[in-house]
Amino acid sequence: MSSPLRVGPLRNARLLDAEPDGTPGPADLSGPEIIEIAEAAGIRGRGGAGFPLAVKLRSVASAPGPVRYVIANGEEGEPASVKDRFLLRERPDLVLRGLELAARAVSADRAYVYVSDPSAARRLAAKRGDTPADIPVDIPIGVVAVAPGYVAGEETAVVRAVDGGPALPTVKPPRPWQEGVCGAPTLVSNVETLAQLALAVRLGPEAYRGMGTPESTGTFLATLSGAGRAPGLYEVPYGIPLRELVTAHMGTAAGVTGLLAGGFAGGLLPASALDLPLTHAALARAGSTLGCGAFVLLAGDCPVGVAAEVAAFFDRENARQCGPCVTGTSGVAGVLARLTVRSATVEDVARLERWGAALAGRGNCATPDAVTALVGSLFRHHRDLVDAHVGTECERCAATDVTADTRFRVSWEGS
Amino acid sequence: MKVVIDAAVCDGKGYCKRFAPEVFALDEWGYGEVLVDEVPPEYEANARAALEACPLQAIKAV
Ligand code: SF4
Ligand code: SF4
Repeated sequence: MSSPLRVGPLRNARLLDAEPDGTPGPADLSGPEIIEIAEAAGIRGRGGAGFPLAVKLRSVASAPGPVRYVIANGEEGEPASVKDRFLLRERPDLVLRGLELAARAVSADRAYVYVSDPSAARRLAAKRGDTPADIPVDIPIGVVAVAPGYVAGEETAVVRAVDGGPALPTVKPPRPWQEGVCGAPTLVSNVETLAQLALAVRLGPEAYRGMGTPESTGTFLATLSGAGRAPGLYEVPYGIPLRELVTAHMGTAAGVTGLLAGGFAGGLLPASALDLPLTHAALARAGSTLGCGAFVLLAGDCPVGVAAEVAAFFDRENARQCGPCVTGTSGVAGVLARLTVRSATVEDVARLERWGAALAGRGNCATPDAVTALVGSLFRHHRDLVDAHVGTECERCAATDVTADTRFRVSWEGS
Repeated sequence: MKVVIDAAVCDGKGYCKRFAPEVFALDEWGYGEVLVDEVPPEYEANARAALEACPLQAIKAV
């Protein structure tokens, strides 16, 4: 089912309104100058981990080797996020300007845009010039389209797919900045991060830092969904209370009983989290993550049922390659599903908690860690409710099929 | 010396732990797990033996 998407700035849009025309390009700045701007602006990655962009740029720029690559990562594996699709469909020029700047910063020989969204791929293809595979900008840019998947946007999966292999994560190290495409140093950067780089170059670092907090600078794109409302995409200054964002989206935050933060990566948070400021540090302190900026709002949903649904998603979407992830996630999803139909035992609950903790760091990508966050948060905030699901039927759980494709997927056909 | 196990390759069974119990353990599901960030010099020989013994060559020295 596709819903209309509300798009709006909170307080002040600048990324959503930025015109790539008039933004200094790679011809106007040297590589080190671009890296200095990224550093002074304090840009952090918008794909999930929040890693400082300047550090990544510098690592690739100074890695040995005659050849370097940059990849704009637009494969939004998070089902609750829509921002990357939005940017590629509606603001592709800003993303491409950021990609050119990043390519200049690391002296790349070739750049790629990596997408799974067919509509974004079409939009980019429409910008192609005479060379069929390339978009005519200052550096050859190829478009690589892959089938969508939760792990397909993970950085090593991206490199593998651009190399012509399957979009599956590999063991780290090496990381792409050490050995990426064809074994050469490669920058893999989220498309919003690149758009933010273009914005920082346009505004200058000082004005860029004029919004946000010293630790999380600027604005970010947030996807809000759930609670029976049409989804919304907002440009938000870091540091404002989550409650303000939710109120802008729903008119009131009164009916919100909890949420999933960081898409599916940050687990469950209780309603009291509405008072958290939207910064990387505050969400991390609450045991969660800001991740890709996606929030699924819950309005009376049973947290056990929600966890069961998200775990079932991971059980379906994990790449079936790492033993602990495949076995552990399936075990976790199984106990949670049984809890929703009153067929789990006290021993199952003990196993659930143990498996959840044991999964941390047990795969080639962060999927097991997302399961750890989910299970950990369920016990941290709702232990009594979990116990109550042993032997007592939960009406709210009985009304949902937790093994069906998740109702938390944000679909948006675009304008 | 640092070691990592490619989780996509490891099939369990645990030769690694048998050769270097100071460096490798088996997790909840029987798959190999690295216990230490940095292999202490006195266990490097054992770690290398485990690396060679792993039937799937899932262990890498990095
Ligand atoms: S950890 Fe899980 S999702 Fe990630 S690569 Fe391994 S099997 Fe796939
Ligand atoms: S010996 Fe190799 S395959 Fe066996 S558990 Fe250890 S790392 Fe895994």
